[in-house]
Amino acid sequence: MKKYDAIVIGAGHNGLCNAAYLAKAGLDVLVLERNPYIGGATVSRELHPGWKYSNCSYVCSLLRPEITRDLELPRHGLQVIPYEGGVTFTRDGDYFGNYGDHERQYREMARHSVRDANAYDRFSANVMRQTRLIRKYLMTTPPDPTSFKPRDIKGLLELAESFTDMGDEGLLDTLRFWTMSIGDYLDEYFETDLIKAHMAGSGIIGTALGVYSPGTAYVLLHHYMGDVDGSVGAWGFARGGMGAVADALASSLKSFGGEIVCDADVHRVIVRGGRAVGVALADGTEYHAGTVVSNLDPKRTFLECFDASDLPAEVVHRAKNFKIRGSSGKLNIALDGLPTFPAMPKSSTLMVSDMHASESLFELERAYDDWKAGTWSEDPYFDMLIPTQVDPTMAAPGKHMMTVFVQYCPPTLADGPWTPEKCDAFGKTVLDKISRYSPDFKDLVLDVEVRTPHEIDNEVGLTEGNIFQGELTFDQLLFNRPFPGYAQYRGPVQGMYMCGSGTHPGGGVMAAPGANAAREILMDLKKPNVVPEGYLDD
Amino acid sequence: MTDKRFDTIIIGAGHNGLVCAAYLAKAGRKVLVLEAASQPGGAAATREFHPGFRVSSGAHLLTQLNPGVAKDLGLASHGLDYAARDLKTVALAEDGAHLVIDGGSVSGVSGNDAVAYAKFHSQNRRFGKVLDGFFSRRQPTLVDRSWDDAFSLLKLGWSLKRLGKEDMQDLMRVGLINIYDVANEHFDSELLKAAVAMDGVLGSHMGPRSPNTVYGYLHRHIADAWGNSGPALVRGGMGAVGQAFAEAARGFGAEIRCDSKVARVEMQGCHATGVTLESGETLFADTIVSNADPKTTFEKLVGYPNLDAGFSRRVHNFRSRGVSAKLHLALDTLPDFRGLDAALAGQRLLLAPTMDHIERAFNHAKYGEYSRAPVMEISIPSVHDDSLTPAGKHVLSAIVQFAPYALREGWDSGKEVFKRIALEQLERYAPGINNRVLASELSTPVDLEREFGMAGGHWHHGEIALDQALLMRPMPGAHQYRTPIPGLYLCGAGSHPGGGIMGLAGRNAAEAVIKHRKDREERAA
Amino acid sequence: MSLRPHDERMVMPTPFAPRVAALCQTNDWYTWAGYTTPNTFEEVGLEYFAMRNSTGVFDLSPMTKYRITGPDAEAFLNRVMVRDVRKIKPGRVGYTVWCTDEGMVHDDGTIFHLAQDDYRLCAQERCMDWLHWSALGFDVEIVDETAGIAALAVQGPTSCATLRNMGLSGIENLKPFGVATFPFNGAELLVSRTGYTGDLGYELWIDAQQALPLWDALFAAGRERLIRPVGSEALGIARIEAGFIMAGEDFVPAEQVVRHGRARSPFELGLEWLVDFDKGPFTGRNALLKEKREGSRYRFVILDIEGNKPANHSFILDKHGRTIGHVTSAAWCPTAKSNIALASMNMPWGRDDDEMYAEIYYNRELHWTRLLSRCRVRRDPVFNPPRRRATPAQDL
Repeated sequence: MKKYDAIVIGAGHNGLCNAAYLAKAGLDVLVLERNPYIGGATVSRELHPGWKYSNCSYVCSLLRPEITRDLELPRHGLQVIPYEGGVTFTRDGDYFGNYGDHERQYREMARHSVRDANAYDRFSANVMRQTRLIRKYLMTTPPDPTSFKPRDIKGLLELAESFTDMGDEGLLDTLRFWTMSIGDYLDEYFETDLIKAHMAGSGIIGTALGVYSPGTAYVLLHHYMGDVDGSVGAWGFARGGMGAVADALASSLKSFGGEIVCDADVHRVIVRGGRAVGVALADGTEYHAGTVVSNLDPKRTFLECFDASDLPAEVVHRAKNFKIRGSSGKLNIALDGLPTFPAMPKSSTLMVSDMHASESLFELERAYDDWKAGTWSEDPYFDMLIPTQVDPTMAAPGKHMMTVFVQYCPPTLADGPWTPEKCDAFGKTVLDKISRYSPDFKDLVLDVEVRTPHEIDNEVGLTEGNIFQGELTFDQLLFNRPFPGYAQYRGPVQGMYMCGSGTHPGGGVMAAPGANAAREILMDLKKPNVVPEGYLDD
Repeated sequence: MTDKRFDTIIIGAGHNGLVCAAYLAKAGRKVLVLEAASQPGGAAATREFHPGFRVSSGAHLLTQLNPGVAKDLGLASHGLDYAARDLKTVALAEDGAHLVIDGGSVSGVSGNDAVAYAKFHSQNRRFGKVLDGFFSRRQPTLVDRSWDDAFSLLKLGWSLKRLGKEDMQDLMRVGLINIYDVANEHFDSELLKAAVAMDGVLGSHMGPRSPNTVYGYLHRHIADAWGNSGPALVRGGMGAVGQAFAEAARGFGAEIRCDSKVARVEMQGCHATGVTLESGETLFADTIVSNADPKTTFEKLVGYPNLDAGFSRRVHNFRSRGVSAKLHLALDTLPDFRGLDAALAGQRLLLAPTMDHIERAFNHAKYGEYSRAPVMEISIPSVHDDSLTPAGKHVLSAIVQFAPYALREGWDSGKEVFKRIALEQLERYAPGINNRVLASELSTPVDLEREFGMAGGHWHHGEIALDQALLMRPMPGAHQYRTPIPGLYLCGAGSHPGGGIMGLAGRNAAEAVIKHRKDREERAA
Repeated sequence: MSLRPHDERMVMPTPFAPRVAALCQTNDWYTWAGYTTPNTFEEVGLEYFAMRNSTGVFDLSPMTKYRITGPDAEAFLNRVMVRDVRKIKPGRVGYTVWCTDEGMVHDDGTIFHLAQDDYRLCAQERCMDWLHWSALGFDVEIVDETAGIAALAVQGPTSCATLRNMGLSGIENLKPFGVATFPFNGAELLVSRTGYTGDLGYELWIDAQQALPLWDALFAAGRERLIRPVGSEALGIARIEAGFIMAGEDFVPAEQVVRHGRARSPFELGLEWLVDFDKGPFTGRNALLKEKREGSRYRFVILDIEGNKPANHSFILDKHGRTIGHVTSAAWCPTAKSNIALASMNMPWGRDDDEMYAEIYYNRELHWTRLLSRCRVRRDPVFNPPRRRATPAQDL
């Protein structure tokens, strides 16, 4: 049996990125994927003939440009096309448009409230200030505050310095920002409910918290800290769907000699003498390597792929208590044509933006109350896009694909497990809501794929269907991600590492966890580092 | 001004104002405390709400009184007399299967839960010790720090490191999360979880699932680190606590003038130089310390026009949304809680069946509605203290949540309905109690605001959320007891470390005033 | 909820757009606060000299305008502004800056004291958010009247004569920073003797509906006084000659600053003369007092640079080649025949006798040259003629 230098469990984008860097450094790398296809939640699938769905993640911003460039992903087929803005429809037939152009944005906001339009610049500057603080740390390993190693102390001092650089008030504002709810934060800037609701979406996406839960202001940051071609906070479509990201990473990996085996369901990490030495598949096949990297979330990694006896009790305990909650579902819809949204001017630029229909913070909070009670939101928040308006490859000409991210949707229901009927009922809730704003929408629907946390959990392997492999709340960020003491990508067993979104800096198709983990692994193997450091913002 | 009799005026004779007065007077300053009400004590008050029936109309249990402050002030010698100490907490069950928490031990639950609770309690005590270090001093600034601040930081850092790796890791995590998850991680019993969760949300605009509620819990349980195993009842009600504080302050030479409501802080140029009473009388002093909440202090007493606009914005955005109502019942006999041993009736009773129940009760508050099935912290002080009622009669005091200050329908119409809801809720647990009610009174946050002058009727003068806690409390620009107005200081619950009849805000403020004055004199010299 | 019609246009026309567009022969536009405005009409030199030699007309309608009224209007503005607003009497205009709590400049602008309890604030940047928060505790109403008011700057030595020709009798007696109203076409025309050129000049303010009649009347009246429309390029030269600072160029509005420490205080912009510590509380007072006590980080200077290569974007170096400051705006000044720059110097640089050099790069036919040009600090703007202040205004 061939022995590899490193085995990566899971061909999600982070697993592929990690493997690509290890292969680039000259290691003999094998990636094992349970599904017959690669990508994890970064996939494009033709589930309706002629239509490609980005059936999990659907837009791209956070993918670190250092990685894109370094692994030559464009050469391997990746193209990210930026889009601008967003819109929130209202029941009375109006909308709020969030335009990319500053002045158009100003006038649209001023249409609702002159005061809010004026406050927006202050809001943007303050959010950008926070964003810049965190961006520095995306491509680095977080220091461990409980450690006395020189590296950690140096890291902590640097961290402290970047905070003190902001001045006293700036620092306190940062601390406030990180501990506040997005609702309270927005209340400090804006008076218009519709505008607050529009802005608040980014504070809850993928998170099992409401807009009034402290900590959600930070989640907003997580959605603002990416960039497309240097435009911080911008989002884009991957041409061909999000699967293009995984395909490009895989192609890059293969160009360095790495291997990917699909339909290989890793059952267990083999530990001998306190060292990870390989993995065993469900069918009994074993693969051996000196380094085993898990792209799975911390719960799946430690609670399913290990014998508890191979792990320190503390890690099992922390994995059990790790917060990973399914809060969102998704609809992927094949359309016979482009639906119309009569609220907007004809051929509005906002058709290519993200569309929403939650008008107030109360509405959003009530949607969360439903989730707490164990039901999907009766009046859900959605983030809806039609990428086929800019991407000609995902459907035939004239046909369209619509992706609808829906929140909130619980992983298990108060009245029992998910059934196909409940799944349909959830889908119907969403379709009904969309057609309130687009009367011709339902007639255009050719196929709907409804994905609840239950499907995402089972198909993709994300525990509870949590899109970030763990809540992005401060208790699980930086040196606390996934657990305090294990935030430097090293697992509790020698030779075992973590590289998924459950590690710093978290999810969102950033690929930074994969890259950062590779850097740590190469350091342990005493190999020269091939992983880029972050670009510094000026 | 050479003719003034006082060098320090303290606005408000709440317990923190009195503590601050005592420490300043002890340090040799000539202190005048001005109180709007006719007796000192603020929300540590006893009031006759029905002929012959007296009740602690604000705070009703003494939970967090700092022993150092109590000792420095000699509260015991000034008349502070406990009717009962180290009260147990009884989590009431509708069916009578109550559980009883006594310090670190809990009965009425499984063995696993009992062990888990003991562990939980002792870890929280360790956390409490660290927090004590934070609470007992002025919070350092982090950037432009003085040597003092740097030393504070080092000490606090060291106290964290000394916790040991595992505790420190736990604290980093739980400090930010919600009590709901933490309780679920530790316990199986829903009732026990709910009892724990109550301590995270009492007095807060938060439900068990709101992040930061573990901080709320630790804040409430700071007294565990001081050696208390439960709250205390004071003979004569909380008004006696207020009196004791007042006597202590007087004992050090401070003068207290009641029925003297301050209308505004007087400014000369940009300095605070005195106060004007509603009567029109103006009094001068070079140091003004406000025990009023930050919103009242800056918005009403100082006035936004005298402050920078950015700071005014911070004051305006300071959240003090009271959610607790007080229910007072004059009872003909001791109520009969189903299955509750009469010997336990005088303990601290919690009425909150599950965490989800509390959360649902809180949901309403978010939208400006009162809870349809409220949760309560109940005390029947007359069990231990016969001075409160005619012989054989009883008085019940309950904190009822959630009753948002800004009730959408307005408290004029909402008050009676909510009182009825609360009484119905009590009836479920204590059948027949309604027949024994001789008189009842509900104080909504609006009433509490009126009675005690606390903005939003919030007993901490402002939300104890992390973004308004520790070195951010109450708001950047006023976070070290100093304010942007030279000569004006804060000493109330709105300042670090918050309320709860702790006395620490008053003490820390006094230290800050003394130190700041000393620094200035040294600079001048 | 607003159901006003949506407008997805990216840029808006100013009220003068039909006339401006007809005259803009270069078709050279830029966007100012969401409005299309010309960089040039025909030739920068002609436009510049119209302002210095006859009359130049600049459409300043996109300028942000707020109407501030109410019993506390004066007290409110006095709290916002660093200068003593009480000293601006009705019928007068005052230049001012306003600061954050930290004493950093939001923006500069002009306050028009139109009548008792009635003010207009004109500024480059929008600031309704700041005004709103500053209004806590004051009985004032603040209305954004930017879109409703058309404005023209009429600047240059024949500007007074032009306006007189237009029928504004007695306009010559209007003092600098004075305001007067005249009937026009059934509406009220507000004229202030203000400007951004440092010369004799006026600014005209009128209901946007009356914009085109005003333009026509003005250009008819000024034809023989050699009136000419000017674009922003020419105005940019004139304002540097006159030593006026500009938001976004010479400083960044404080609340838009993302990088800590990049904002500037009034002291650091050479505007110390505006700050009045004796008038009582105003936003930023504590911080500015501290700065006065402890010193500023930067000094703002006008530099006369040897040679004729404009020093845009230049670093200022000391004799050892160390960076000691940088240029914020620069221009060759055609009237004074001087090479002028406005610069932000690190303290203590920028003193009268400091030896300083501007590092200037220029390109001729793909050949780059680096120059180190000696700089001299000027005490006064290079352009500051007596006719600017003379009252009654002369027709020169």
